[in-house]
Formats: sequence, structure tokens, C-alpha cells
Amino acid sequence: MSTLAGTLATGAAQGCEAGAGTRQPLLPLVLERAEARARGKLLIGPVDLTLGRSGFTIVMGPNGSGKTTLLRLMHGLQRLSAGTIRWNLPEPIARKRQAYVFQAPIMMRRSVLDSIAYPLLLRGTPRSEARARAADWAVRVGLGAALHRPAPVLSGGEKQKLALARALIGGPEILFLDEPCANLDGRATREIETILLDARAGGTRIVMATHDMGQARRLASEVLFLYGGRVHESGAAKGFFAAPETPEARAFMNGEIVE
Amino acid sequence: MKRSYSLLRAFAAFLSLVLALSAAPARAEVMRMAVTTSFENSGLADVLLPAIREDTGIEVQLVVVGTGQALRLGAAGDVDAVLVHARAAEEEFLAAGHGTHRREIMYNDFVLIGPQDDPAGIAGAESAAEALKRIAAAQALFVSRGDDSGTHKKELSLWSAAGIDPAGGWYRPIGAGMGAALNTASAMNAYVMSDRASWLNFGNKSDLALLFAGDPALFNQYAYIPVNPALHPHVRADLALRLEEWLVGARAKELINGYRVNGESLFVFNAVSK
Amino acid sequence: MDSILQGLGQAFWLIITFDPDLYEIIAMSLRVSLSAVLVASAIGLPLGAWLAVNRFRWRRTTIAVLNALMGLPPVVVGLFVYLLLSRSGPFGVLGLLFTPSAMIIAQVIIITPLIASISHQAIRDLWAEYHDLLISMNATRGQRIRALLWDGRRALLTATLAGFGRAIGEVGAIMIVGGSIEHSTRVLTTAIALETSKGNLEFALGLGVVLIALAVAVNMTIHGLSGTERAPAW
Repeated sequence: MSTLAGTLATGAAQGCEAGAGTRQPLLPLVLERAEARARGKLLIGPVDLTLGRSGFTIVMGPNGSGKTTLLRLMHGLQRLSAGTIRWNLPEPIARKRQAYVFQAPIMMRRSVLDSIAYPLLLRGTPRSEARARAADWAVRVGLGAALHRPAPVLSGGEKQKLALARALIGGPEILFLDEPCANLDGRATREIETILLDARAGGTRIVMATHDMGQARRLASEVLFLYGGRVHESGAAKGFFAAPETPEARAFMNGEIVE
Repeated sequence: MKRSYSLLRAFAAFLSLVLALSAAPARAEVMRMAVTTSFENSGLADVLLPAIREDTGIEVQLVVVGTGQALRLGAAGDVDAVLVHARAAEEEFLAAGHGTHRREIMYNDFVLIGPQDDPAGIAGAESAAEALKRIAAAQALFVSRGDDSGTHKKELSLWSAAGIDPAGGWYRPIGAGMGAALNTASAMNAYVMSDRASWLNFGNKSDLALLFAGDPALFNQYAYIPVNPALHPHVRADLALRLEEWLVGARAKELINGYRVNGESLFVFNAVSK
Repeated sequence: MDSILQGLGQAFWLIITFDPDLYEIIAMSLRVSLSAVLVASAIGLPLGAWLAVNRFRWRRTTIAVLNALMGLPPVVVGLFVYLLLSRSGPFGVLGLLFTPSAMIIAQVIIITPLIASISHQAIRDLWAEYHDLLISMNATRGQRIRALLWDGRRALLTATLAGFGRAIGEVGAIMIVGGSIEHSTRVLTTAIALETSKGNLEFALGLGVVLIALAVAVNMTIHGLSGTERAPAW
């Protein structure tokens, strides 16, 4: 698996289409007093936070604390009700340079190969080239033997690996993941973590929500602890895991029920 | 603006697609004639059309409808000529200028059909009016076309000649063509008035039988009317005239008088040559 | 019972004797109905998808009207198309009345709401599933509709075949605008109506059997070509 890091890095770099050298970076991302509401009810916010250019951010917090809503808000799937979300680039360009992996992978009714190639086709990449790169990616995530199987019949772990390849093939500068390993067994989880670490090594900024404390410790470089729809505590992973500052984070880390 | 253009383009694409899918080579010598259901059902058309084609080179396409609709098609210019049998309506059609002239071609006759055991006893009647009076008196089931066709109009004029206003549970106007009326009468074992041709060709007679015929009041005159090209410049008036010449000619006379179903002749040619 | 058996016998006899008139009528039925399905699908499928994907003010009304139009009596459509195409009507100059084109137009009007409505329902469900993914991938409106049409193709095939079923069995409209002219616009259904009116019930029933066989054959051919009902359901 160690050689994967190198190839993944090239994969991410390939995504930088127009003049990679002179291109403006997408990050940092700054949220100021950001709020999301649904039918008047406050889901999360106000949230103030800044995502720097590199790192692996783990978003933690009890159920209903707003992890998914925060990820969707940053990615643009959830409408902003108040405050601002500012990328380092204009919104339309920023939308094209990010990707999202859902908790329950959404499988298109296509073959594995065509599913992975789809984001490239959306950008106007010629079909043959898109297929070739998709085949490449399928091999990298361990789906090389399933190229022509219909995506919806894959196992849970295979589906999530497909979703990862599909998210990474466009070379996003930032990748959001919403509990991608929920309901997966240990082996599938480990394979996915390897892919993520390789992607990060290739320069992709990663923001991932998870419930799995062990996974958080293995992957995080920084932590966002959400509680009651706000960022309750945040900081470098080392410090957070060693000594959470707030009683809620401490209780959560100790496996107590936090509501 | 942009949107309305794309809508327009979409409609144009739709039209051209339809045209492309249905384009057929245009044939010069094709004309359309609206005829009544009773004429079509007689089977005479199957004899006449090939002969017309052979002699004149004209392919006559028959649009088979009731008399009312046939005249409507003529008035709208949707056919080049009509061949119908409803004198009063024909006169109206001409008076309105829809047709150039009316040419009588032939006649057949109407017959009264009913259950074989003839519960109203019309078989012995002396006239059509008398037969209808007996049906009304017996309150025997009677199926009427009720569709404003030539046959229906004829039936109504016979009732009024008999001094009867047909109404009540025994009188069943069904608003359908001759075949449907015969099928209905067959199913209900009812009386019905039919043109002889439709009756002879009818395949579902079951217990019905021809009970009364022969009264001159039952004669059924067919007339040919070309549609007026002054109102509808696109009609093939030239072909309509050539067809008329053929219809009143010797070959038509021979074929019409010689046409037989089950050994019975149906039509009497009575066109007058000019 | 006798009549039904005779009808089956007639159907069999007509088919094995290669009655040229019958084959002419079958060819015209197929030509008209398949053309109508093609045109109606080209309109109805994208329309259904568009309605599923877009939110606009009159959307619910549009969908309600579409569903209501599915129940449109063919005779009314026939009358409407007749009035449009009649020489005295607005499109009379085209000279389309009593031609296969007129029958195709009438059938397109009859089956487009059906195809659009069924495809709308199928696409709506698929869109609910794909929504987040396609938004996340920044697909444009056109790209979304294309993806939904392609991935929903099996359901859409069903919509199309439903449209074909309604078209091939339809008689009221094509009788009025086509005229059932022998060797020109006569199709199976109008031939059945004609034979019934002549009291040739067995023969009419035989033609009915041929009609059903034809519909089954077309369905099986299309399923065979598209590989549906073989692959797993996805």
C-alpha cells in the first residue's frame, strides 16, 4: 500500500487543470456567524471557524449536534440562513474544486467504471479518457475486478470505496466525508482510511465527521467538537485527545452519554 | 425571448419529425370521396373501385362515415365528392353552395328486419307505414340508428308518415352505425330498419329475419355531389368530374345492376345520361 | 364460446396464409403507433424529467393537468385534431387530414401525457435519490436531466411501452382523422371496428387476436433489445 501514496498524489495533482502553478488556492475557508435553519428552526450556528490550507479535520459530537449540517453547509448543500461563508475564491469556482462523500453512498444505476468516470464527464472530459482514468482509480481503491458490475449491487464497503474514487477522481482541493465508515467492518474501514491518508499526503484537505473514537485518533490533525449546534471546542488533535477543555467534550471522550 | 425561440424550434422539430416519419410519395390521381356506412357495407365498393382505377386511372379513397358527417366533410372541403342518400340534407348542402350539383346514380331499398316469429305481425302488412304502426301497437322492441344518418332520417320520415311519434321503452335509439344497430337488434331480438345491402352482408343474423320489403316508400336514392371548387380551390374537381362520368356510364351500369349478394341483386342503376 | 374459438382459428388462418391485406394493415398500425411513440417519447420523457427536477409556480397544476389529460377520451382528441387539420381549419393548407401523419399527430396528443406522467413519477423517485449527489457534483440542470433520463431508462422504457400499448389499441381518434381508408390509412383497430359493423364478429375477433400478438411481439422485441427483465433490477 505504501506505493499508493505516490500515485494518489499524482491523481490529485492531475485534477488541477488550468495552470496548476499560478492557480489561486481554494483555502482558507472562513465561516462567520454562519447559521442554518429549516422552517425557521435553528439547526446550527452561529458558527465561527477557519479551515486552513492543509490538515485532516475530524468533526465530532453527539447525535444531533449538527455534524452533518455543518459539512453540508460548508459544501453548499445546505442553504446558509445568516452569516457568511467565504472561500478564498469566488463561489462558482470554489464549488467545482470540492467533493463530498455521503454517509449512505448514493449509487447511480451504472457500472462501477461509468460511476467513477461520471464527474469527469460532467466537466467535459472525453469519454475514453474519463473511462481510462476511472479504471485507474478503480484499481487504486481495490475495485479493479468489479469494473463492469452494476454499482447498486456492490457490498457496503465496495460502495463506499466507489464513492471515494468518484469523489477523488476530479482532484478536489477539499474533501468532505460524513461518517463514511459507519456500518462497515474493520477491514473495509482500514482500507478506506488508507485511501484517505494517501489522499491527504497528495495534498487534499480533508474534513470528516465520525463517531469512531479510534478512527478519530488515527486520522485527525485537528478536531472540531460540536455541541448543541455550535463549535463547542476546537484545536489540534494532540491537545484535544490528551486533555479536552470543556466538560462536555471530556464526558463525550469518556464514552458518557452527552445530550 | 430566447425561451420562446427554443419553444418554436422544438415545435418545428416536432412537425418535421412527424412529416419525415409519414412522408409518402404524392400520387397525382388520388381523390377522396365520403360515402355512407351502408354503401361501404354493401360490398359494392370492392367491385367498383378496381374498375374505376382500371378505366380512369383514378384511385378513389373512401372515407366511410354517416351521411351527416359525410356532408360535413364535404362542406369543410376535406373530401372531393360525396356519395350519400338523404335527399333533404343534400338539397340543403347544395343550397349552401357546398356542392356544384347533384347527380342521381342508383337506388337500393330499405327493409324491415325483426325476430323470426314476428310478434308484431308485420310480415303481412300492406305498407311500410302499416308495418310500423303494428310494431308501435305491439310495443315490440325497435332499434333505431339515432345518429342523424340518411337511414335514420328515412326511418323518422316513415314514422311520421305513419302518424306515430316513436317514444317509450320499446323504442331504442342507439346513436350508432348500421352494423352496430344490426348487432344490437340481433342481441335484443328486436325490430330494426336496414338497407338491404347491409342486411344481406350482415354476418351475425342469429334469430333475425327479413320481414317486410317492397313498398316504394322504402326506396333509397344514392346521389353523387362533387364538392364546390369555388369554395375549396384545392379539391380535385377534375377528378370528381371524371369519376362522375364513369359512374353514370355503361360500365358502372353493368356492374351496379349485376352486383349480387347471396343471389339477390341490391342496387338499381338509375342515372340519366346527359 | 364457438365464436371465440372461430376467432382464434381465423387469426391463425390469416397469419399463416400471409394475407397481403392483413400485412398491409399491420404495417400501417406499426408505422403509425411506433412513430407516435417516438415523437411522444421525445416530448414526454424530457418533459417528465423536467417536471420532476424543477420547482416553479404552476408545477402542481401542470402535473394535475397532465394526469387528467391521461384520461382524455381519444374521440375528443380526434375531433380536436380533425378541426385543426380540416381544410376549413387553421392547418388545412398542409393537407394532412386522412393521412398517416394526421393519425400520428392525434396519437402523439393522446399518449404524450401518459408517457410524461409515468416518466415524471419514475424520475421524481430517482431524483430524490440522486439529488444530493448531483448537486454536490455541480451538475448543470441539463446534465441532471440527462443523467436521470439515462439512469431511469428502464422505468422510462415502461412508460414508452405503456404509450405504445395505448396507441396501438386506440381507435376513436384515428378513425376520425385517418378515415380508415383501405390501402391508405386502415389500421388493425379500425379494421376491427369495420368488421364488427359488418357483423363479421369472428373475423373481427381474429384481428383482435392478431393485435394482441403484435403488441406482445413488440414488447418482447424491445425488452430483448434493451436487455431488461434479464439483468438484476437496478
